[in-house]
Amino acid sequence: MTIVAEFKIDYRQILDPNGRLVAPLPRFAEDIDEVVKMYEAMTRVRVFDTKAVNLQRTGQLGTYPPSLGHEATHVGVGAAMRPEDVLAPVYREYGTQLWRGVTMMEILTYWGGDERGNDFAGPRHDFAWCVPIATQTLHAAGAAMAFKVRREPRCALAYIGDGGTSEGAFYEALNLAGARTLPVVFVIVNNGWAISVPVAEQTATKTLAQKAVAAGIPGIQVDGNDIFAVREVVSEALETARRGAGPSLIEALTYRLSDHTTADDASRYRSDSEVKEAWAIEPMIRIRKYLVEAGAWNDAKETSLLQDCARQVDAAVAEYVRLAKPSTDAMFDHLFAALPAHLHEQRATARKYSSSSKPGSSKPGAPPSQPDASKPSGH
Amino acid sequence: MVEAIALAHGWEMQHDDAVVVIGQDVGANGGVFRATAGLQARFGAERVQDTPLAEATIAGMSVGMATHGLKPVAEIQFMGFMYPALDQIVNHMTRMRYRTRGRLSCPVVIRTPHGGGIHAPEHHSESTETLLCHIPGIRVVCPSSPARAYGLLLAAIRDPDPVMFLEPVRLYRAMRQEVTDDGQALPLDRCFVLREGNDVTIVTWGAMTLETLRAEADLAARGISAEVIDLATLSPIDSETILASVAKTGRLVIVHEAARNVGVGAEIAAIVAEHALYDLQAPIQRVAGFDTIMPLFRLEHDYIPSVQRIIDAVHFTLTD
Repeated sequence: MTIVAEFKIDYRQILDPNGRLVAPLPRFAEDIDEVVKMYEAMTRVRVFDTKAVNLQRTGQLGTYPPSLGHEATHVGVGAAMRPEDVLAPVYREYGTQLWRGVTMMEILTYWGGDERGNDFAGPRHDFAWCVPIATQTLHAAGAAMAFKVRREPRCALAYIGDGGTSEGAFYEALNLAGARTLPVVFVIVNNGWAISVPVAEQTATKTLAQKAVAAGIPGIQVDGNDIFAVREVVSEALETARRGAGPSLIEALTYRLSDHTTADDASRYRSDSEVKEAWAIEPMIRIRKYLVEAGAWNDAKETSLLQDCARQVDAAVAEYVRLAKPSTDAMFDHLFAALPAHLHEQRATARKYSSSSKPGSSKPGAPPSQPDASKPSGH
Repeated sequence: MVEAIALAHGWEMQHDDAVVVIGQDVGANGGVFRATAGLQARFGAERVQDTPLAEATIAGMSVGMATHGLKPVAEIQFMGFMYPALDQIVNHMTRMRYRTRGRLSCPVVIRTPHGGGIHAPEHHSESTETLLCHIPGIRVVCPSSPARAYGLLLAAIRDPDPVMFLEPVRLYRAMRQEVTDDGQALPLDRCFVLREGNDVTIVTWGAMTLETLRAEADLAARGISAEVIDLATLSPIDSETILASVAKTGRLVIVHEAARNVGVGAEIAAIVAEHALYDLQAPIQRVAGFDTIMPLFRLEHDYIPSVQRIIDAVHFTLTD
């Protein structure tokens, strides 16, 4: 017998759960102010996320997918990307989006049931939130093809979840990227659970990173709760792609500490002990310990940061709840570059029967007529 | 209604070992709407299986399972996620019997939530039944009450051909109704006359029966007698019931949540125009969703046809 192909999957960790370096310090982390900046961004998204869940619970926001526990992966990816790169998000990666310039107000607007949240002022070239699972991976590959054809030194980065790796579109995107040496990086956020289905029931493979092998591209696993490792691995992959050396697949191992969405109840299908174990290795503790150890952080700074984050979140929420309901014309705006004639009549009908004067309907995320359990969100 | 759907699953699994339930989160979680709640505990993880997160997988494996002795009842978690499954449905599931001259067949039910109105996220409020109705070789069913959901789902599972079973999300928890768990199926390919009347026929289905029955009550208070027909099986259409009603009333209003353009309402209007034009005393009216994307939820109630739109359409047929 002759072996014609073999593979191995590397696992990268730099900062262990206790905040100790287990590998050489990456260059970006030599600047302690940069590390502080990343920690602040992680804290900011966690404060925002907590508030967003509360807004949903009090009927001021629609169904919302929390990002609790994903802060190191999301902020690490954001910090590794360049502004001119293109992000193809799923729907939970607020840490990346906030880093890139999407605002809290815009995130709330989208989850408050208003398309204007997708018209963000920040990275105008980034894709919108993408609910149909794995479809965005092909968009990223296509954007990368555009950069290649147009000779632009830019990369696309697509997120996908562990469950999403079961979709055909994911394999198709990897295959295309490999076959055409595209400047694209795929980041699997493996948080253990696709709503109620654990990774072991999605796939028989030992890692999700090895899905890269079939597409002939490099795959690597990284501790997704370690922001140093995430940023380092993603930076390397982006630079490889940028110099024309092809795509990569990165599996970031983390844990969904929250329910899938506010319409989900994870206690139905997973044990408290598992969640408790995950809290012990969550991403904030280790980076804070590292900063304290380095003399760059203390309780006073922490208190001040939390106050600052709360102020920012409160300001965003205030702006969000003030946002008036869109007019019914919004259903017809942007459907085409120029609205076809037959839709003018329908637009007039919509205006005539508009419910905007009805009580309760003008507030964002006004409580629905049914309990939240009746409006779950898939995926 | 969601409990009635779970009951129908339970009855049929109890009485037919070939019935298996597959889909995303249908097992321990009991479905994101709880439509399969308790089934895995009762029938085991082989007969109630969580699938990998892949809609094409669900439809394609259903073809394989159904052609080889099982009767899959598959859940697609939301209609907006149906589209990767369409390749398997159009190219294989619906033509397996035809292309093999009856040698292989696909007794599959694909259940999926239908329509909006519950403040759900993007892609969770679709009503794209027209895409399915256009496919030959498949039935498309949409119940409008717990009892009809129970009886029609049993009929769908027992049917030897594939059935798309669309469950209006607004009705999942909107009404309470005693359902007798007696295994009695309701007929497919038949409309249900929900209200008898003489002045106008209103044909609708799914959650729009709510607005239509409110309109009917309002009209009745003003002395206008509307006959309300729940289409129930959207494909193939029970022309006989509709034509008999129009022969009696001479007026037809069709109400649906889906976009108007090439909607199922257009097919009903065409059937009446072809067979009963001379029975009509007024132009047929359609009250439908707009030909736009289903908006996110701050505007969804401006998209879904209102009671007043239905009443105004009826008045139009009476005064024209």
